[in-house]
Amino acid sequence: MMSAAAIAPATTTSGAGVSTPRRRSVAWLGLLPFAGYVLLFLAVPAVLAVGSGFFTRAGAFTLANLAAFADPNIQKAFLASIGISALTAVAGAVIGAVVCFALLGTRSDGFLRTAVDSASSVLAQFGGVMLAFAFIATIGQQGLITKWLISSGLADNVFLNFNNQGPLLYQISGLNIVYLYFQVPLMVLTFMPAMEGLKSTWAEASATLGGTRLTYWTRIGMPILAPAFFGSLILLFANSFSSYATAAALLSQGGIIPLAIKQQSSSETVVGVANVSGVLALGMVVVMIVLMTAYAALQRRASRWQR
Amino acid sequence: MTVSTATATTSDPIAPKAVRGSPVGPRSFAAEPGRVVRGIILGIVGVVFLVPIVAMIEFSLRVGQPVDGRQAYGFQHFVAVFDPVNSRAYGVLFQGIVNSIGICAITVLIVLVLLLPTMIFVELKFPGLRRALEFVCIIPITIPSIVLVVGFVPVYSVVAGIFGSHPWTLSFAVGIIVLPYAYRPIAANLRAIEVVVLSEASRSLGAGWTSVLTRVILPNLRRGILSSVFITIAVVLGEYTIASFLSQNTFQTALILVQHTDPYVAVIFALFALIFAFVLLVFIGRLGSGSPRPRRGGPRRLTRRPE
Repeated sequence: MMSAAAIAPATTTSGAGVSTPRRRSVAWLGLLPFAGYVLLFLAVPAVLAVGSGFFTRAGAFTLANLAAFADPNIQKAFLASIGISALTAVAGAVIGAVVCFALLGTRSDGFLRTAVDSASSVLAQFGGVMLAFAFIATIGQQGLITKWLISSGLADNVFLNFNNQGPLLYQISGLNIVYLYFQVPLMVLTFMPAMEGLKSTWAEASATLGGTRLTYWTRIGMPILAPAFFGSLILLFANSFSSYATAAALLSQGGIIPLAIKQQSSSETVVGVANVSGVLALGMVVVMIVLMTAYAALQRRASRWQR
Repeated sequence: MTVSTATATTSDPIAPKAVRGSPVGPRSFAAEPGRVVRGIILGIVGVVFLVPIVAMIEFSLRVGQPVDGRQAYGFQHFVAVFDPVNSRAYGVLFQGIVNSIGICAITVLIVLVLLLPTMIFVELKFPGLRRALEFVCIIPITIPSIVLVVGFVPVYSVVAGIFGSHPWTLSFAVGIIVLPYAYRPIAANLRAIEVVVLSEASRSLGAGWTSVLTRVILPNLRRGILSSVFITIAVVLGEYTIASFLSQNTFQTALILVQHTDPYVAVIFALFALIFAFVLLVFIGRLGSGSPRPRRGGPRRLTRRPE
């Protein structure tokens, strides 16, 4: 979807610029308020966050803080973050794609589609604290499903005691279930436009050449949708990788990178290195930049078929 | 991290309508699923996604502990919310809501006073900067708010020195988080109307820049502006990370606090917020889905044909 703006034609605008060459010197002043705001509250914090990892507390430049990445707890947190993001991204993408498939052929302004669209945009926003509460009420110790399982005879069910470490919901593995609740809707939102881009004439062409529905999907549909699918998958990965509030409400002892940043910024000495939160922030940004570059590349490919 | 619901719905207007109802007979070759398959997929996913919502409602209606495995239900917890006896206990929550509404108002103001004029200005005078502006507005998606917040902490020690440590100062930071969501609906709207042609036409008819703006451009952008205001409100009400790092009391941080003493009230307010967000986003969906019935007057039908 990022490339949607890229194909916006820039042809009609030349007239306005040429006609007022003299006033342009003053006109750029109009950009100053926004530029100043973005500089102060986006550029400065971003640079401070990522840059602080390269300085000692006294303010001298150092690379020693990068030693934080050698800390086994930090490594474990990174692996846990990547693990959760990968699992929920793949599962969310597959389930979301199946939902998109089910919606194929319904009218885009019909009741069903409007309902699914609205529900998806609400639930994709439904991160954070409220999502945590919803799942505490569902699979927490007193949750609806947990109690129902107990009352139907499964006293030691997976939600009440997972890995002998108490309720599943308050462990890192439990986050997978919770995150899927916003990953699947996000997949529906981002993948549906690509799914709609499939032209019905392609299915008809395939059919006149003797193709079945199976050959249509394996030979035409899936290859065409592949870049969009993987693009959305990366977006989902990035989404759960950077998600903080839900985990903060559920996990008290940390275990994933966003929580580690919070712990490090409230107590600087755990790893014995200064500005660890800055170092971890740098690590997250590197991962995000890799993801977003891949996303942009895939999206460029995907947009070929969406004209 | 919803990626623009508004742009997703602007599907290609000249795409050939699917050959619905054409006499092809049983369309077993067609790409789309049959009714039964569609029903099964959407039914299962729909039920699974309804469970946490139902669980929240069930949880909020519970009265006391179950006796002999039977749970009593009632509206006691809902009534208690508005009982003046509890006003001290829930004071922090209501204060958080008031703070969040204040932050909402100022953030919306930032969108309307800083972002919107800049977008129009760039479109009119600096079309070459359009990509740069888009890039800047997308950055907050790439940099997780948990990373930005590490940089906000030092920035806010300066901000607090200037404005004092008031909750509303969070709006500056939240305004940045909101940028991607606020940008997209307005950008989609701008792309759909010929701003330059419209402004040149009205200028040549003798209109000053003020009336061009207030009587031609802004009315045409009504939809995009409304969408981005609503999505801004939805994002601000759900914001937790920044408030918790900068130790301010907002709706979300208050929910976490209250949850420790009274989980029922926390769930009730989470439900209210969910319903509120749903109403807001359904409204955005209505705005975006375009129902292009001709309006009296209004030049809004002047949409750009895809080249």
